[in-house]
Amino acid sequence: MTQLSIENVTLTFGGLHALSEVNLTIEPGLITSIIGPNGAGKTSLLNCISGFYHPTKGDIYYGKRCLTHASPHTVSNMGIARAFQNLELFSGLSVLDNLLLARHQNLRYNFFQAVFYFGKAAREEARNRAYVEEVVDFMELEPYRKKMVGNLSYGVQKRVEVARALTLAPDLLLLDEPMAGMNIEEKEDIVRFIIDIQKERGSTVVLVEHDLGVVMDISDVIYVFDFGELIGSGTPAEVAKNPKVIEAYIGEE
Amino acid sequence: MGNQNNDKLLEMTIPQLLRWRVATTGDKVALREKDFGCWNSYTWAQYYEYTRNTGLGLREIGFAKDDKIAIISDNIPEVLYVAIGAQAVGGISAGIYQTSLPHEIAQILEYLEVTIVFCDDQEQVDKLVEIRDKIPAVKKVIYEDPRGMRGYQSDSWFMFIDDLCKLGAEAHQVDSNSFEALVDAGQPDDACHLCLTSGTTGLPKGSILTHRNYINMGLQLTACDPLEDTDEYVSFLPFAWIGEQMNSFGVAMATGITLNFPESVETSMEDLKEIGPHFMFGAPRIYETIRSQIWLKIDESYWLNKVVYNYFIKIGEQAAGYRMSGREMPRKLKVLSWLGKQILFRPLVNQIGLLRLRRAYTGGAALGPELFTFYQAIGVNLKQIYGQTEIVGIAYMHRDGDVRPDTVGKPLPGTECRISEEGEILSRSLSVTQGYYKLDEKTAELLEGGWLHSGDAGYIDDNGHLVVIDRVSDVMHNDKGEMFSPMFLENRLKFSPYIKEAVIYGDKREFVAALINIDPIVVGKWAEDKGVSYTTYMDLSAKPEVAELVKGEVDKINANAEKVHFKIKRFGILYKLLDMDDGELTKTGKIRRKFVKEKYQNLYDALYEPDTTEKQVEAFYQYQDGQTTKVDTTICFYTMDIR
Repeated sequence: MTQLSIENVTLTFGGLHALSEVNLTIEPGLITSIIGPNGAGKTSLLNCISGFYHPTKGDIYYGKRCLTHASPHTVSNMGIARAFQNLELFSGLSVLDNLLLARHQNLRYNFFQAVFYFGKAAREEARNRAYVEEVVDFMELEPYRKKMVGNLSYGVQKRVEVARALTLAPDLLLLDEPMAGMNIEEKEDIVRFIIDIQKERGSTVVLVEHDLGVVMDISDVIYVFDFGELIGSGTPAEVAKNPKVIEAYIGEE
Repeated sequence: MGNQNNDKLLEMTIPQLLRWRVATTGDKVALREKDFGCWNSYTWAQYYEYTRNTGLGLREIGFAKDDKIAIISDNIPEVLYVAIGAQAVGGISAGIYQTSLPHEIAQILEYLEVTIVFCDDQEQVDKLVEIRDKIPAVKKVIYEDPRGMRGYQSDSWFMFIDDLCKLGAEAHQVDSNSFEALVDAGQPDDACHLCLTSGTTGLPKGSILTHRNYINMGLQLTACDPLEDTDEYVSFLPFAWIGEQMNSFGVAMATGITLNFPESVETSMEDLKEIGPHFMFGAPRIYETIRSQIWLKIDESYWLNKVVYNYFIKIGEQAAGYRMSGREMPRKLKVLSWLGKQILFRPLVNQIGLLRLRRAYTGGAALGPELFTFYQAIGVNLKQIYGQTEIVGIAYMHRDGDVRPDTVGKPLPGTECRISEEGEILSRSLSVTQGYYKLDEKTAELLEGGWLHSGDAGYIDDNGHLVVIDRVSDVMHNDKGEMFSPMFLENRLKFSPYIKEAVIYGDKREFVAALINIDPIVVGKWAEDKGVSYTTYMDLSAKPEVAELVKGEVDKINANAEKVHFKIKRFGILYKLLDMDDGELTKTGKIRRKFVKEKYQNLYDALYEPDTTEKQVEAFYQYQDGQTTKVDTTICFYTMDIR
């Protein structure tokens, strides 16, 4: 069954069409990549899914539920998490605190329990910490657990950003250029993490990425955008042969 | 514990001793491992149970007496379960460095006739996959971390350790006496582990070590420096190195202390702080790093801290001078050093996690005299040890109150020492190896006349302390036939905080010359303070200001040289750090002299052309994925003013 479907979505800012008449589906358990030149509408699409923007026309369905006008926190409660292109972390907090904070919506205790840190509050916090530790282990962040995020290198901060999204235990993970600005080694690490997220944690991954080599390597399905329009889709092999894609993305010979 | 007890322990194998520990202190914590941010404890009883399940499991998959199992893993409790489990069923364990390349692993596995390999994670497993067709004798690969192994699950060549333990537990249910009988069958003089000696040339050699070798070492070390069974030790050295095995097999079994396993290699220093060990052992590099960190932190601190530190470190060093030689301190110094300890050094040492430390040992290479003084000054009892893999790591050691930085101390009880006519250090004790695996000629050389030939040149000084000069084979002679030791001079250079690594040349030449690696962190900080801007290590190395700095350091060393021909006449600053991955250093960080000389032949030539002041070189960098990049750079050469 289709996990997420985008039906005739159009997004306009004044006279500018950021997205026009986009139709696509995200199938569960796959790595779906969205590629396209700068300004093609990739991030706008993610913003529509995660509730930061609302489409001018068209609908977005997550399973059977309509997300078209949902707010970001409702979207995240449904199991969709997002790692941002520009890091959206608290740079003055430790890695651990950033991750714990991301799980605040999973905490189930009331004000009094919290004040006295008793019974359910303590148990819930311990359960959360255990989950966060599991993510720390998964993303190999042990050496940085107690370090302030602002003092970490860019590559590590990117990893924390992905980890923060993972602490929400998402069914659908949106990754917005997780490899931008990284060196080869850091990229290799992130690729390994993405594949592991898909295979071992069972999350569906939507990847917006510029590095074509990586995208061709790890994607199951690719959608290609140009000027807000979907100009091609299919498996990496199919997309690589699509003349429209070659023209838009790589340029004419 | 009396001598009687010691004699009893010496008659046991490691698995028997483990069983004995269960009988005496079964509920005490034996192992602790940090996982998911928590310290998990295992008692001696659990330790034995896991070992039994692993051992029986190995037997179930066809591992028999005298079979060999290789371990390629970071330090985790499973390493000990697998190793001792294999030993319990009569097998022999062997450790391989995690940093080994696939073709090296293939050679070692073939040489040691290994039938089963234990790996901790996918990284190591992937190496074995790469060489699978070269190692037909390997029947099974056991892994500990299932992460990333999904692609291998259908292949019966691989086995998850939990499945192995399950097999063992089932076998134990069927016959609960079989394991005890196997443990009983072991003899203390049976080989239990093949320890690879890194060797500065060629393939490593496997030293055959017996149960008694290890246990004797643990007993004799703790006869001098007693440990309580409540003491803590942090296991962060590579298991393949004798320095780790002597603690986890020898000392831990002989004393019943707790071994703590860090969460990962990167976090080991943080985890050490949380544990606060009572003793530690490490290569000089670790102690140099810790000191550099202290210096950097003090340097970044505000003025009052600096004033207090600079005053009391001097007091501390004076007091250390008295303490190390066991002399009585003057009253005033005593009071001041007490004060310094209370207000500065105790909190400082606590910050690095060494407050509970009773003794710290350094070995494997020489450590600068001022480092000993430094550590003794801040209240860390740092001592030099000396030994080889072939004698289970430690055979000579400083005694408390008799720490002389230029010596390696006195032999452990039960160790005899002799200097051969050629000046080679010979030793004899219960810890000496039976020889090298399948290398009879080498073994005969090693153990000629019943003494262990260390290959090191040395002498015994007036205080009965052993002084090590250099490898017998490494000692060089200049063109006038005057002898000098390159390692000795390199260490002199490395004692400077600005110099990370150095290579000394001068064999059959007219003078001594050096290639120097600056320390990226210390020199980087220095450059920042001086307002010298730089981009990469290569760029920093080529700065004229840095050259002046190094020149000053070399000048100081030359001024203190015992003989005129020890003085370094010319040097160049190398554009890259010498590295294990490039084959320039051995796995334990020693320089591969011949290789380095050939690799940098053009630089060597330039060092001995007095008129050459600079040279264009092409530097090659290899990335992880095999791509290489070429960078052009200029290396300058400097001539020192010596008489």
